[in-house]
Amino acid sequence: MSMTASIFKRELGSYFTTPLAYVFIVIFLALTGIFTFYLGGWYENEQADLQMFFDYHPLLYLFLIPALSMRLWAEERKTGSIELLMTLPLSTWQAVAGKYLAAWVFSGIALLLTFPVWLTVNYLGDPDNPVIAVSYIGSFFMAGAYLAIGSCVSAFTRNQVIAFVIAVVICFIFLLSGTPLVLDLFKDWLPQILVDTISGMSITTHYNSILKGVIDLRDIVFFVSFISCWLAANIIAVEMKKSD
Amino acid sequence: MSEEVKISVRSLCKRFAAFTAVDNISFDVSKGEVVGFLGPNGAGKSTTMKMITGFMSPTAGKILVDGMDVAENPIEVKKCIGYLPEGAPAYGDMTTAAFLGFIADIRGYKGQEKKQRINTAIDRANLGSVFHKPIETLSKGFKRRVGLAQSILHDPPILIMDEPTDGLDPNQKHEVRELINEMSKDKAILISTHILEEVDAICDRAAIIAHGKMVFDDKPQALQAMSIKHNAVRIRFVDAAPIAAKECLCVLDEVSDVIFENETNSIMVVPQSGVSIVSQVTHIVRGEGWDIEEVFVTSGQLDEVFRTITSQSSIESGPVEEDLT
Repeated sequence: MSMTASIFKRELGSYFTTPLAYVFIVIFLALTGIFTFYLGGWYENEQADLQMFFDYHPLLYLFLIPALSMRLWAEERKTGSIELLMTLPLSTWQAVAGKYLAAWVFSGIALLLTFPVWLTVNYLGDPDNPVIAVSYIGSFFMAGAYLAIGSCVSAFTRNQVIAFVIAVVICFIFLLSGTPLVLDLFKDWLPQILVDTISGMSITTHYNSILKGVIDLRDIVFFVSFISCWLAANIIAVEMKKSD
Repeated sequence: MSEEVKISVRSLCKRFAAFTAVDNISFDVSKGEVVGFLGPNGAGKSTTMKMITGFMSPTAGKILVDGMDVAENPIEVKKCIGYLPEGAPAYGDMTTAAFLGFIADIRGYKGQEKKQRINTAIDRANLGSVFHKPIETLSKGFKRRVGLAQSILHDPPILIMDEPTDGLDPNQKHEVRELINEMSKDKAILISTHILEEVDAICDRAAIIAHGKMVFDDKPQALQAMSIKHNAVRIRFVDAAPIAAKECLCVLDEVSDVIFENETNSIMVVPQSGVSIVSQVTHIVRGEGWDIEEVFVTSGQLDEVFRTITSQSSIESGPVEEDLT
């Protein structure tokens, strides 16, 4: 078994040996339900689609994903188990990838457990199921992008609360980076090209484009490179901070 | 380099900003040897071990493990080292079985061999009774032994243990020492400790570092020989020690001092530079006709030598340390 797979297996298993997995899943499902049916007014809308459901995911993930990612490295450093992990015969990238993939798959499991919503909409009407499938993929990638940020931030501190707060703030910036709220902050003192770059880095823009039901190569490239960059930074952070 | 030298450290330095944790240390550990790394807390023992195991990178110097440079070949080096970090960290939410299973996976064992490796490690570390318990619920002694089992699972040619007996009760300490003794024949073992009796009990060589510098590297017996009380003769009298004893014994050229220990009716006859004086002393005792209960040759007090060696070096490098604290 390769190193990454061993780390992945251990990490994913540890979600389920602690109450974390169950608390996370229950809260995730409860909140998606509340957002979709009450705040979104899904019934009143009388539309057989899951637009409402997916519209709230960026907001939900903003708080739930950093809660999942905050422990990834901060806990290893706090308990000292990072010394054990990094003196085992594996590369840093294998440890980073294994831990990240475990967290991502776990968020995917939570997402898949929302399937009753899909069953409901199919029972009540005749939705466009390919669009729903594509939206699920978009939501999964967005979770991956948030997790990559959270995992990287977690490597910089041994305090999980700090890791959580900083990750929420950074996720928030990338969530809103296409909106005036963030762009106004930068447009007076940064060259236009950088402002455009920031605007292009918006998770929301790419996510909304996927929700339309078409997987555009540009969106996939965005998410894959976004995740890769944050994980590369994560590897560097672990190398730098592991023995601090 | 001889094939038997498993760990070779040359001019190793580690600086953190203005603080020098390890200052130009060189030593070797060979196969079949147990080297005890001694020193006061904060002397740089753990830092040195972290650099040998590739967890920390040195500021300067070279480390060869089994002939391979740690900086160039970290993965291969980590494969042949078993390491017990300070405090024996583990994943607390896992059971002993799951944790050792994870280590075995990483070490590349599969199927029957994995099972057998785990069982051997469990037996050697005596962990059978906690096999299915989460590590975080275990006592300190068991946690330490889980760490131990983890470090010997792949039967490494090189073992590095940071305070393996810290926090164990006397029986557990004894077990761990037995285990180290058992394994010492075909391995190179480096252990750190601040318990001096341990060096006597299991180490072939003692390496003392203080304030980042190597201040002693020799056999534990040589350490004892440095004690001014090495080969000193303690005489216990039936009644209070006679005052005249000092004069009578100081006649001998080899005797440097006679110390009275009135609470126990004893005197301590201290020789010049550790020579054996027991026959001359007993001769005088018989000649004087004193009533004695016991004559005893001391081998020297390690803690006293340790204190002398480690505080000497602190005087040398004193001013720098003062500035920092």
